[in-house]
Amino acid sequence: MNDGVADRLALSGIVKRFPGVLANDRVSFAVKPGEIHALLGENGAGKSTLVKMIYGIMQPDAGEIFWNGAPTTVSNPKVARKLGIGMVFQHFSLFEALTVLENIALGMDAKIPARELEARVGAIMQTYGLKLDPHRKVSTLSVGERQRIEIVRALLLNPSLLIMDEPTSVLTPQEVEQLFVVLRQLASEGCSILYISHKLHEIKALCDTATILRSGKVVDTCDPRVETSRSMAEKMIGAGLKDINKTAGRERGREKLVVQHLSLPPVGEFGTALKDISFTVHEGEIFGIAGVAGNGQNALLLALSGEEAVHEADMIMLDGEPIARQKTRQRRLKGIASVPEERNGHASVPDFSLSDNSVLTARDRIGMVISGLIRPGTAQSYTGKVIDAFSVKTTGIKSTAGSLSGGNLQKYIMGREILQNPSVLVVSQPTWGVDAGAAAAIHQAIIDLAAAGSAIVVISQDLDELLSLCDTLAVINEGRLSAPMAVEGADVEEIGLLMGGIHGDPEASAEMHVHPETVHAD
Amino acid sequence: MSVDLVIAIIITLVGASTPILIAALGELVVEKSGVLNLGVEGMMLTGAVVGFAATYTTGSPWLGVLAAGFAGMAVSMIFAVLTLTLSSNQVATGLALTIFGTGFSALFGQPYTGKPIDLFRSVFPPELAMHPIFKVVFGYSPLAYFSLIMVFAVWWFLHRTRAGLILRAVGESDISAHSIGYPVIGVRYLAVAFGGAMAGIGGSCFPLILTPQWVEGLTSGRGWIALALVVFAAWKPGRLLIGAYLFGLIATMELYAKAAGGAFRILPSELWASLPYLATILVLVLFSLRAKGRTGAPACLGKPFVPMN
Amino acid sequence: MPIKLEKRPQPSRLMIYLTPVLAVALTMIIGGIVFSLIGFDGFGAVREIFFAPLINTLKWQDLAVKAAPLVIIAVGLSIGYRANVWNIGAEGQYILGGLAATGIALMTKDMSGPWILPLMALAGIAGGMAWVAVPAWLRTRFQVNEILTTLMLTYVSINLLNYLVFGPWKSPHAFGQPQTISFSADQSLPYIIPGTIVQAGAPIAIIIVFIAWFVVSRSLFGFQIKTVGAAPFAARHAGFSASQTIWIALLVSGGLAGLAGMLEVAGPFGRMVPQFPTNYGFTAIIVAFLGRLHPVGILIAGIVLAITFVGGEVAQTTIAFPYPAVGIFQSMMLFFLLAGDVLVRYRLRLRGSTPAGSTSGEAQA
Repeated sequence: MNDGVADRLALSGIVKRFPGVLANDRVSFAVKPGEIHALLGENGAGKSTLVKMIYGIMQPDAGEIFWNGAPTTVSNPKVARKLGIGMVFQHFSLFEALTVLENIALGMDAKIPARELEARVGAIMQTYGLKLDPHRKVSTLSVGERQRIEIVRALLLNPSLLIMDEPTSVLTPQEVEQLFVVLRQLASEGCSILYISHKLHEIKALCDTATILRSGKVVDTCDPRVETSRSMAEKMIGAGLKDINKTAGRERGREKLVVQHLSLPPVGEFGTALKDISFTVHEGEIFGIAGVAGNGQNALLLALSGEEAVHEADMIMLDGEPIARQKTRQRRLKGIASVPEERNGHASVPDFSLSDNSVLTARDRIGMVISGLIRPGTAQSYTGKVIDAFSVKTTGIKSTAGSLSGGNLQKYIMGREILQNPSVLVVSQPTWGVDAGAAAAIHQAIIDLAAAGSAIVVISQDLDELLSLCDTLAVINEGRLSAPMAVEGADVEEIGLLMGGIHGDPEASAEMHVHPETVHAD
Repeated sequence: MSVDLVIAIIITLVGASTPILIAALGELVVEKSGVLNLGVEGMMLTGAVVGFAATYTTGSPWLGVLAAGFAGMAVSMIFAVLTLTLSSNQVATGLALTIFGTGFSALFGQPYTGKPIDLFRSVFPPELAMHPIFKVVFGYSPLAYFSLIMVFAVWWFLHRTRAGLILRAVGESDISAHSIGYPVIGVRYLAVAFGGAMAGIGGSCFPLILTPQWVEGLTSGRGWIALALVVFAAWKPGRLLIGAYLFGLIATMELYAKAAGGAFRILPSELWASLPYLATILVLVLFSLRAKGRTGAPACLGKPFVPMN
Repeated sequence: MPIKLEKRPQPSRLMIYLTPVLAVALTMIIGGIVFSLIGFDGFGAVREIFFAPLINTLKWQDLAVKAAPLVIIAVGLSIGYRANVWNIGAEGQYILGGLAATGIALMTKDMSGPWILPLMALAGIAGGMAWVAVPAWLRTRFQVNEILTTLMLTYVSINLLNYLVFGPWKSPHAFGQPQTISFSADQSLPYIIPGTIVQAGAPIAIIIVFIAWFVVSRSLFGFQIKTVGAAPFAARHAGFSASQTIWIALLVSGGLAGLAGMLEVAGPFGRMVPQFPTNYGFTAIIVAFLGRLHPVGILIAGIVLAITFVGGEVAQTTIAFPYPAVGIFQSMMLFFLLAGDVLVRYRLRLRGSTPAGSTSGEAQA
């Protein structure tokens, strides 16, 4: 406003409450026309709630939103779109069983004839270099392609503000670069971008301004280009960062878990088949599996935990014994513990007490069941131990799992498995949606378990996490696992290409499969 | 088989299929919006008794059908308020609706037991239906034509209109539809109301075109068969038509088996009467074998939706 | 809408117990008003249906007789419902249980001995289990929805019953009436309380309630069905087999419904007749829900529903209140219970008011 140009968007004193939480506390900041503005904060800081109010999905309890200088009520997403606000969601708002074009049509508020819409979609794709087949069903598309639908849908409305909620968390490094090109082009045309992320290097590379949120409050607005990643991280977390030492006191022992030529047909309607997967994990080793979501990570975890039946016994070996035909319970007794990606409803039952949740996976190793009857006392004392050892914030062992925050629930689940002293731990997305404090505690616990001699498999979409945590790394793509590589000296560019696999440009991927050396040379 | 017999079979078959087809079309739309209403049987019974009473009182089957539609819609709103506004369990609430409809129709129908009405006959002049071939085209009750028109109308609505696209979207992902800004609960209310009206009209077919009197529990499980047909049809209106007529054929065979002698007599009539139910089970198994997990069911079917705001 | 739902951090225990009571109370109040409005003696009906059988001690034995099969069937159904396995064809399994017991009775018509009755009970259980084994197999092998198959088989079972009593099993001494011969003393349940009509069904129901209570609350199997119902993926993660759970849940519910059928045919009926299907199998669904799927709750709910049956007959004779209206009162109870369920998981709030507990969040921040 100082320059005589009104801010595109300004928030003033926005407050939003949920039961038990103050999600946003008097939040104020402004976004200028053509500016790429970062909204930075760790999980649970209130970023998503804030943008949902800007887009009209939720209403603030107090405070005002100004649009081009005028106070505005955004009563629903239709109103937002009319104002010129577009949004790309973190959890895409797409319909799997419908086609790309139908999905785009649903995002338009006016009825546009299919043919005209298709032409306009084609034009947008041309302008911004976004490739999509409008007649394919969304369920057949990769995550990156799905995001493109969301972007095209938003761009069709000629937005003057585009909100991107954690857009890169599911993309390969190369896809992230392509996205940034599109965003910079948009900004140069005068479109403001509100870019939500907790990835500091991206914000440094892309954004003009950064507003940092912590516990629902604005703690700073800064220029990310002059800040260091470390200084922004400290503002975001509110305390000095602790470095974890992943190698301290750790030695690689015997071969513990050997997976050889593991194949599995697709699980469910939209599942991915596993194809000829082989890898070996030693005692004391942390083995990372990188990859974009939906490339078979789930199936791999289920095959290792025993939740999906594998028919050939020697596809999975533990200490040289073929165990692939054993069921979940037998494998647990042998010391294989697992933590699936989905905390609510898979790793835990939200409506059960923590004590009952302990019975789920710890009953046999801890002795909570005797002759078919549950011993509640044993379950309760074990749960108490988990809560203490992993500093789980809760009102007690009787609290339901669903009442815990994401980070605390994850600490409880990790603790429930680790205190059983497993000799193998398979964990998927250990810190997904978890705040920094809990993430650090979980990483430390994984390292400590490895130091005690267990073999650990970490499946994660977060490449940074794997690089900082693991000794060895392999990439999963379309159900196939790459050759393992040592993390020391690994090439991020190469890992990115492996993650892209045949999802990306078909020519590039063909080239990659045929001449891996040439790609390496780049 | 003589031509006359074939024609007679076709006409009986269409009549027997009509109530199920109408009710199933309504339920198909409800399920496409992501709601599983197991109360079809109860809504059909409600429509049947109200349709009978209105026809008996006014003498007009048209008013009877209209009243049946409104009655079905009215009781479906009990289900809608419970499951959509109060997010109660859809399976339990649907069962409750069927138990309610059974009780309501028994009570409301008591004074009408044994009273006659006229069948709701063809609207075409009788001369048109004189020739047997013409009879196949013009010889039905208006409700039969209504059911056929609705097969097309429902298909056209779901796949050719924007409102239909929104309804399907709501059934596929309520969260996505909500975040784009569509009123999930509102769309589902409308779908449930439509399903209720169709079930009511379907129910009214029993006294109006099949047996012109009120008998307690006269739908005898046809509402449940309609639910099964929606699964069998993989939520496609065209296949629903095939399924309903297949069912009508079996029901017709039962009728002719009772009337005819000879070979039919070898099997007890109770077995013939069980055939529609056994066939329904068989059809569900065959469908499941063919589908192999890809049922085509709307992704949000039966799941409650509570927007967080 | 001015009201919005706000999820409670944990389900309210108070509401779990309170809502069934509220549902019955609301049914009396709203039911009374509605029936008065449409020209009946609404509150007279409420008095006769809900209170007369309690006040009149002579009616207590009727309550025991009616409640026993309802409770036995509902306990079985509740096991399945806890695991999200929806057997709604208990009526058919009840009929098959009755038919199987009748089959034994007809085979042993010229024999005597105390072994006959237990054999009939086993046959009843086996009959119910066999009838539900078809849906169980179809569900676990072909993923065919058990709601539809159990119900379809109920209609088939009625036809089977008619075929038998009109045909091969028809008594030669019944002057053409469709019924079997009467059961002998060794084929009939003993009277437990002398001078009343209370037979062995009532104490068996109570024993079953307590066994079920123990299994549900203490055993790993009880935990297993609860987990499968609450979160199927978590159940798989815990190593509980979904197929095994479905099989056991359906066999238990079918077996208990079959036992109830045997107890009825060897008890109040004393022979097999076409009037044998008395809708106990469907009413038991209401009993299971009203009893919150808890065995002791079901015992109480079974008595409440028995009161409405007995009271309905009272109201019919004393104030000429139509008997089918009882079904409306019963389904109203279920509607109000389901509506009240929302209070267990959510708080109702006026729009614009401050959510509970957010002030503490403010203090934290």
